[in-house]
Amino acid sequence: MTSATIAPPGATSAPGGATPPPPPRRRRRWSRSAIFGLVFVLPAALYVLIFQLVPVVYGLILSFTTYSPLSRSGPEFTGVDNYTDLLGDADFGNALLVTGRYVLQVLPITVVLALGLALLVNRPFKGVGLFRSALYVPHIVSLTAVSMVWLWMYSQTGLFNEILGFFGAPAQSWLLDSDSALNAVSAMRIWKALGSNMVLLLAGLQSIPKDLYEAARVDGAGRWATFRYVTLPGLRPMLVYVVAMDIIYLAQGFAEIYVLTQGGPLGSTTTVNYQIYTEAFQYNQMGSASAMAFVLFALIIGFSVLAVRGVMGRQK
Amino acid sequence: MTASTASTDTRRASALRRMRRGHAPGERRVGSVILLVLVTVIVLVPFAWVVSLSFTPQAEAFGSVSLFPANPTLDNYTTAIFDADLGRALLNSAVVGLVTVATNCILAVLAGYAFAMLPFPGNKALFYTLISTAAIPISVTLIPLFLMARGIPLVGGNDILGQGGSGLLDTLGGVILPYIVMPMNIFLARQFFTSAPLELGEAARMDGAGELRIFFSVYLPLAKPLIAVVAIFSFTGVWDDFLWPLVVTSSQEVQTVQLALARFLGSGNVQYGPLMAGTVIATVPVLIVFLFNQRSFISGLSDGGVKG
Repeated sequence: MTSATIAPPGATSAPGGATPPPPPRRRRRWSRSAIFGLVFVLPAALYVLIFQLVPVVYGLILSFTTYSPLSRSGPEFTGVDNYTDLLGDADFGNALLVTGRYVLQVLPITVVLALGLALLVNRPFKGVGLFRSALYVPHIVSLTAVSMVWLWMYSQTGLFNEILGFFGAPAQSWLLDSDSALNAVSAMRIWKALGSNMVLLLAGLQSIPKDLYEAARVDGAGRWATFRYVTLPGLRPMLVYVVAMDIIYLAQGFAEIYVLTQGGPLGSTTTVNYQIYTEAFQYNQMGSASAMAFVLFALIIGFSVLAVRGVMGRQK
Repeated sequence: MTASTASTDTRRASALRRMRRGHAPGERRVGSVILLVLVTVIVLVPFAWVVSLSFTPQAEAFGSVSLFPANPTLDNYTTAIFDADLGRALLNSAVVGLVTVATNCILAVLAGYAFAMLPFPGNKALFYTLISTAAIPISVTLIPLFLMARGIPLVGGNDILGQGGSGLLDTLGGVILPYIVMPMNIFLARQFFTSAPLELGEAARMDGAGELRIFFSVYLPLAKPLIAVVAIFSFTGVWDDFLWPLVVTSSQEVQTVQLALARFLGSGNVQYGPLMAGTVIATVPVLIVFLFNQRSFISGLSDGGVKG
């Protein structure tokens, strides 16, 4: 339920292999310290199992039922009906397309721009820390708050229309036009994701062993060749992490949709997560909403794996 | 590798690259600094306008707004805090955030410590099971968690089987429920203690100290940087979340800051002045935490390492 990230690759083993193996620990089974170890872990472990893993199983079971939380009778088992219904559900198909388009138009732009920025702030000069921090600020501010900011910027008298007006162009209804609404939301997410991606890619850049650059220089490699054969391969583990995390986050877009467009106009910004929310908490269809959640879950896993394979390339 | 040797290395490497290409040192630097300044201004401009709008009187807010309002006013702030009940929401978010910080700093850090220092059979499998839950999408657990919050026994009019009442729905307890232990924090704690010296504990053990005592008086004092990162992540995670508080609360008395912001939108015609004042208020606490802990934020995120 949190927006906490799972750990970046540098955390478990540095991409450059700089982390020494952990020192060997005692291996006696169920020694006094082992019992204490289990006792110390137990409260947190039980909590996570009950409130993170059990809900997954519970949700999977719900997805095969029809259930309204308003009725006092429990969920009614309906087999795979929810899933087969989704196959012919035009609204759900639309939500999948919107979510896919959203991810596809934010992800490449934000990763490429963030990589460019990471390369720029990877040079040591006075005040570079200031730029790193300043560019990170949109990530610090909550998605709800930045959505409010952009809601104003897109409004009739907002910043974008002011700029258009300055050049004598007519004002646009950015968020009220089904052709431009999703693009407008995407622009905000690109702006928001830039800083965090930059910081992660910067860490990736700094973990590339410096003697590789030295070697490339000795071999007479040019700037592009160095980038292509030293920087990019060295950056891969972090790039994989960034792309996978971006897909996971973007595919779950909700707060920005709720604030900026409420899924409209004409469903043009109804993401799967937004549809799950309305299905479950406005129409009280917990069963079919759960089925949607698991379809989304499967697609997120599938596309993350595909993207990771793509980034890793032919590497073995 | 420490930060200072890394930057010396980078400096040397870039000096080498410049020499090879025959650029005057600093020439390319100026170009990239100009580019950076440009991008940074574009990234930060929206915030400047937000602050400006929050001090602009309602009457001036329509039509072309200037970055420096002619008659700056605090009216928007008083409207946001009192009329929209943002004050109550701030208090709720602070309570929820502080409880979450406390439970994570104790339970998650203790678990991470045990995973690193007190291995038991099956500890690795359990550890990876726990941290893998961090990748489960919110939408998958949202509905079950909602039903579980409703079915917590013996609260909110529920009987011992969790039936009959509303459980933790529409309470601050319900808002806190999913954050009590964040798997990410267990991971960070284990990473931290994996590099802590074993000898200190051994020595204390020789002296007859109990395991809990060793944790609290030997290792926890060493773990201040870890505690800082865990506290920051827990607090900002809860402070910023929107979807869970949205579904678990319904009355204005228990709404969090982000929900209070969204409530501005409910009444049709959006009043941007008070809304922007509210946005500033909701953002300032997190921004302050960030400004005082930039290193923890940026390095804690980027290398997962929390070494002092």
